Amino acid sequence: MKLADTLDEATIVITCGPGGIGKTTSAAALASAIAVSSNRKVLVVTVDPARRLADALGIPGIGNEPVRVPTTSGELSVAMLDPQASWDALIRRQAPDSSTADRILRNVLYQNITRRFVQSHDYIAMERLYELVQRDEWDLIVVDTPPTRNALDFLDAPTRMADFFSSRFLKWLIAPSRSSVTTLAARPLMYIADRILGAAFLADITEFFLLLNSMYDGFVDRARQVSDVLRRDSTRFVVVSTSERIPVTEASFFDEELRRRDLRVAGWLVNRLLPPSLHSETVEKEIRELRAQQFDDVATARVRDLLCNVTEEWHRRALDEMAVVMTLASGPTPVFGVETAEGLIDTFDGVVRLGQHIVNAESF
Amino acid sequence: MSYRPLGDRKLLFVTGKGGVGKTTIAASLATIYARTGRRVLLVGVDQRSDLGTMFGVDGLTFEPKVVQPNLHLMVLETEASLREYLKINLRIPVVTKLGPLAAALDFVATAAPGVREILTIGKVCYEVRESNFDLVVVDAPATGHVVGYLSAPQAINSFVRVGLIRGQTDWMVDILHRADVTGVVAVTTPEEMPVTETGQLLARLAADTEVKVAGVIMNRMPEPLAIGDDLTVAQAVSAGTHPTLRVTAAVRDASSLALIRRREAEEQFARLVSITGHAFPVITQPVVAVDDPATMVQRIADALADEVL
Repeated sequence: MKLADTLDEATIVITCGPGGIGKTTSAAALASAIAVSSNRKVLVVTVDPARRLADALGIPGIGNEPVRVPTTSGELSVAMLDPQASWDALIRRQAPDSSTADRILRNVLYQNITRRFVQSHDYIAMERLYELVQRDEWDLIVVDTPPTRNALDFLDAPTRMADFFSSRFLKWLIAPSRSSVTTLAARPLMYIADRILGAAFLADITEFFLLLNSMYDGFVDRARQVSDVLRRDSTRFVVVSTSERIPVTEASFFDEELRRRDLRVAGWLVNRLLPPSLHSETVEKEIRELRAQQFDDVATARVRDLLCNVTEEWHRRALDEMAVVMTLASGPTPVFGVETAEGLIDTFDGVVRLGQHIVNAESF
Repeated sequence: MSYRPLGDRKLLFVTGKGGVGKTTIAASLATIYARTGRRVLLVGVDQRSDLGTMFGVDGLTFEPKVVQPNLHLMVLETEASLREYLKINLRIPVVTKLGPLAAALDFVATAAPGVREILTIGKVCYEVRESNFDLVVVDAPATGHVVGYLSAPQAINSFVRVGLIRGQTDWMVDILHRADVTGVVAVTTPEEMPVTETGQLLARLAADTEVKVAGVIMNRMPEPLAIGDDLTVAQAVSAGTHPTLRVTAAVRDASSLALIRRREAEEQFARLVSITGHAFPVITQPVVAVDDPATMVQRIADALADEVL
């Protein structure tokens, strides 16, 4: 089975995994390969594109709005997630009127949440995906997620959002503004909160939540629709990792969390596998034969020893790698591997070639 | 130019992109300074912390546990931090169960960034202020979160105009901003993304906080494959053009992989040095090929000691 087979008929592909393992590059490569070899219109949304990737795609930079990548065949667009711009757009869309929107956008709490805190990016990433899906301009959207464990928090965002607005605490907090009577039960809490944070601060928070509350129905509805998109039959997740111990442990966490939520995991993509020559059963014999070669000059003999050591080292890594991959392959998720792609992503052709390796990878 | 050794402070925040070995380096640094006889507190900022496995212990709590001579290990929990914070700093006696209040504060923390952070950073600063330890090493949040974490006391100042918390942030800010007391150690690896993120981190730290950087540790540097003439020969072998050495595909692949990795690592190292502008030391830590986390910490501590003492 090829990775391409498991992505057949997918309209959304979401890549998840730890940082530093080539996730963004994999997402871009996958999208590029599908775009140039089919007549599907493809969009790839990245979170943090390496400068090199933008260069390789032949575009000056990647912004919040999708831009077309110049290709000789197919249609590929690329966009980056700008959380602040996306939040502002969401507030403008959901606010009952423009003066409420202005008040929220000016609120210091709002600015702080959306600018400084990475957690708020999880939800907005999915919100942005939904908006792009609604535009109906692309046959396939490939989405790269932030490389943190909380990246999966977005999956719970709709529920959290609904819980948040209907929570007793929020009702209590904004109740005094509606009626001047503070309930008895709330008093000790109010007392402590007031001593810790100060009344003025509580008033700021209350105003913020009151404003947000005016958007309750819109927000919860929207969150539910976002959740529905993630649960569609045609939405697939790809867990990306390398074969090293730490990334694999991290990636396993993503795999388990996705399965626990009954989401469709197309497979593991294990990047940067070593070349088959290093896995070969004959490597040890090859090293022995190299060691036996005699040289009169010291320099060549020294390099011979060095090469033996290096080959032993990489052979050992290759065996470790195979053990990891085989353990993964015994699990419920199909495992696909691609060889190390050093230097391959410097040009668009390189990105496409890497993407072809990815889609044509056979499962272990 | 000589730099102040990393540990020549009272408080170190170790941060880095996920997967670069931030926690391992934090544990190794704490180990190095504890070995010199200083009383060291090593702090994990969340309960999922892997610090326990680095010392072969589990069940870490808010109460520091001695894991090696002079080395105390603890993890921060919101509720325990809150309880202590209320008692010591705000002089609010807590007799009842904190559950509902902790939940309420949790909620407020969602809207008011800084509230959660100040509880945990407050605990760390408190240990420094009281001189309960000679050095506090914090396995801090990863690069994306650490600036928000370190600037929490200032953020609180900009929100909270009155109230008890207001009076609490000044002494924390004082500890955090003194270059002779507090420093950030950024951990990275010789790869493009981690180096780029380190550059962004350093820029944001300088722009949004007054906390100073103590140094950058470039973890997992590959060992040199060969130098000088040997390198020329090795290159010829990996290119398949050497006249006498007859090698197989495996040897060619292994040597070119080693050469490529080393060259990339050197490029990234040079890039990192130019980003830092020699304002603080850039220390390299070679790859340690062991699987067991506890052994790895001790081995890195052995190797890194000369660079950081």
